[in-house]
Amino acid sequence: MKALVAVKRVIDYNVKVRVKADNSGVDLSNTKMSINPFCEIAVEEAVRLKEAGVIDEIIVASIGPKEAQEQIRAALALGADRGVLVQTDEKPYPLQVAKILKGIAEQEGTDIILLGKQAIDDDNNQTGQMLAALMGVGQGTFASEVNVEGDKVNVKREIDGGLQTVALSLPAVITTDLRLNEPRYAKLPNIMKAKKKPLDEKTPADFGVEMGSKQQILKVEPPAERAAGVKVASVDELIDKLRNEAKVIS
Amino acid sequence: MAILVYAEHDNASLKKATLSTVAAAQAMGDDIHVLVAGSGCQAVADEAAKVAGVSKVLLEDDAAYEYQLAENVALLVKDLAADYSHIVAPATTNGKNFMPRVAALLDVSMISEASKVIDAKTFERPIYAGNATATVQTSEDKVLVTVRTTAFDAVAAEGGSASVETLSNVHDAGKSSFVSEELASSDRPELTSAEIVVSGGRALANGENFTKYIEPLADKLSAAVGASRAAVDAGYVPNDMQVGQTGKIVAPQLYIAAGISGAIQHLAGMKDSKVIVAINNDPEAPIASVADYFLEGDLFDVLPELTSKL
Repeated sequence: MKALVAVKRVIDYNVKVRVKADNSGVDLSNTKMSINPFCEIAVEEAVRLKEAGVIDEIIVASIGPKEAQEQIRAALALGADRGVLVQTDEKPYPLQVAKILKGIAEQEGTDIILLGKQAIDDDNNQTGQMLAALMGVGQGTFASEVNVEGDKVNVKREIDGGLQTVALSLPAVITTDLRLNEPRYAKLPNIMKAKKKPLDEKTPADFGVEMGSKQQILKVEPPAERAAGVKVASVDELIDKLRNEAKVIS
Repeated sequence: MAILVYAEHDNASLKKATLSTVAAAQAMGDDIHVLVAGSGCQAVADEAAKVAGVSKVLLEDDAAYEYQLAENVALLVKDLAADYSHIVAPATTNGKNFMPRVAALLDVSMISEASKVIDAKTFERPIYAGNATATVQTSEDKVLVTVRTTAFDAVAAEGGSASVETLSNVHDAGKSSFVSEELASSDRPELTSAEIVVSGGRALANGENFTKYIEPLADKLSAAVGASRAAVDAGYVPNDMQVGQTGKIVAPQLYIAAGISGAIQHLAGMKDSKVIVAINNDPEAPIASVADYFLEGDLFDVLPELTSKL
């Protein structure tokens, strides 16, 4: 069985983002970029499935600028077998990304497609669901446990009131939630070996997909600042402030 | 054209998220229809018909929709899409699950977690864990949006008198099936709609301390209990209590954060609360930057005192 894992190059989650002065977007120059944390969990899950003998080969794909190959190499160092970089300088939107991933999944004949539940830059939470729809297959979103049994996969999902388990026929698309696993760190020898693993370069046109979107970002602004707070010295003062100043308790 | 709002419910009653979603939809247009899809959910449709501002309720009652499987629900909503200019759903796990699937079936882009409606095609939404706000305009003919329910004041649950139309549009995609469910039972108000939320973090040190220190305060205030990711990962409380970028987004009147440092990802879930109280023994903790009232102290001393004095 083959797995396809999609990874996105995003601003590192620890970096405090700065909005550009002209409100055209977030300033990404000279900022640390990494694999989106949810994608890392998807890579880890694929590697674990391979270690368990469920999967034979892991293909990792990224759609983005040339630099996104760093993130593909990072995934290869974690245990993926080969990479596909679909290079474009245009901002990737979920629908277009889903169409490209469908092209790759069909070309490669993958049975399990793993994505993160959302990218921490655009916070969309759409691509996996769109991909499943385009492929006409089942989806296991917000997965916190994945069990492959024959030609089915059971996915435990994190839902608002707790957990829900669904059974999906393969092929299927799974998007990972934070608690699915704890990703491993790449070891130095594996980082060296990853440099020799194959990495195909493609363009969106190879999959007949035009980039761009009917969505346009008009402006990006910093969120409204909260007024500075005060320090209270005692529980009594806190209760007094909440009752008489903020009036949020009676 | 009319606007279709997808109702959030548990087959027995309508969730408050639906009322906020109707409010958001009203800012996009005025003819609002609500779709109630589920199994044995006639009561939900009757409830939806009374919601202020709703002109029609579509009821689709079939076993195929009992657990809101995205594969089935998306086909149903796609079929109905022809008659609507907008399809709006709450950004709950359920809405997030099926809406992008509908969008792809219709070959349109969609907008996630809108926090403000500027006009029928222009929306504000938070990006980068709420550290920036994007104004997004779509030129799609069909506008698909999930809305951040805490950003919209719920419409009245009573006062409307919509007609209920029963549909018979059963889709079973055959790709997925429900296996089991483990729902956390709680008598407290629902986290995302509570007026007051009391949250605990890693500093609680174990699950018993949640029961001993956080819950009595929450009970005193009729508040919901939340948690940081650290507390969830450490197993102190179940994951559906997590507040943050990857958990629930809350915006109560009062948010009390006890023993929570205030990582970016946590702030993303609560910084739109009206009043934020932080109880922490570290005055340098990032939570201090968003707190209206900061009480420096040991939560094991402060929480019982606070509980007893309220």
